[in-house]
Amino acid sequence: MAALYAFAAGLVFGLGLLTSGLADPARVLGFLDLAGLWNPTLAFVMGGAVLATSVGYALLRRRRASLSGEPMRWPQATRLDARLAAGSLAFGVGWGLAGFCPGPALVAAAAGIGDAAVFAGAMLAGMGIHAYITRAGRRDGDATGPRA
Amino acid sequence: MNVDWSAFTPAAGTAGGLLIGAGAVLLMLGAGRIAGISGIVGGLLAPERGGGWRIAFLLGLCAAPWLFRLFSELPSITVEASTPRLIVAGLLVGIGTRYASGCTSGHGVCGLSRGSRRSLVATLIFMAAGFATVYVLRHVAGV
Repeated sequence: MAALYAFAAGLVFGLGLLTSGLADPARVLGFLDLAGLWNPTLAFVMGGAVLATSVGYALLRRRRASLSGEPMRWPQATRLDARLAAGSLAFGVGWGLAGFCPGPALVAAAAGIGDAAVFAGAMLAGMGIHAYITRAGRRDGDATGPRA
Repeated sequence: MNVDWSAFTPAAGTAGGLLIGAGAVLLMLGAGRIAGISGIVGGLLAPERGGGWRIAFLLGLCAAPWLFRLFSELPSITVEASTPRLIVAGLLVGIGTRYASGCTSGHGVCGLSRGSRRSLVATLIFMAAGFATVYVLRHVAGV
């Protein structure tokens, strides 16, 4: 049952990315280019998304289980550390270089955009590199810290 | 500041944003999970029991453009970056989002909506880095 809800959620999420214009890197870069011809649309996308999510999450806060019976897995991490800062910095640079973040890249690749598939392939490789490094670190007995 | 009024679409942006939020809420309501794309994809690289919801969510995400096409023409998707730049950018986004445990969706949408301090810090950093990168590329390096 969880998979059915997840499929529907992914579909709605993806339709939102397309409707909002966030799946188009040219529009994302237009938002990030404050000194050029600025397109403020993305602020409205974020505003709408945070509005709907915060209202929905507030209503779900007290639920003990989801509709599929799976527990509500709210993130527990609270620590501000170098991994969070350095990771976000690297992500932001990559976002600014291409105009793609993970969700839009997958949607655009699924729409048949070859350049998006190239980006998505490199992104998966990057995630693989992270998985390899952290796994090797754990084998060496290095504490890798809490995960979100 | 010069605003690109011809490309400014606040109604479609807000409607799309509300849909993104609805998807995030539906995933928590139905499956008890946070809609963080980088976490959902990254989790597949360390296979676990009961990870079928990840595949299902991503299948839904990838079905979206096909469903969209049934009702309307797909919005334009214009990629300006060269292939080498796309590869460097993809690697940075892949490694960065996994170290940061989140991206625009996990931190920027879900985290901010929970009032998470971690997500606020992450969002401020990746937004600032995005603004700075585009500024350097377009107005300093001029490429």
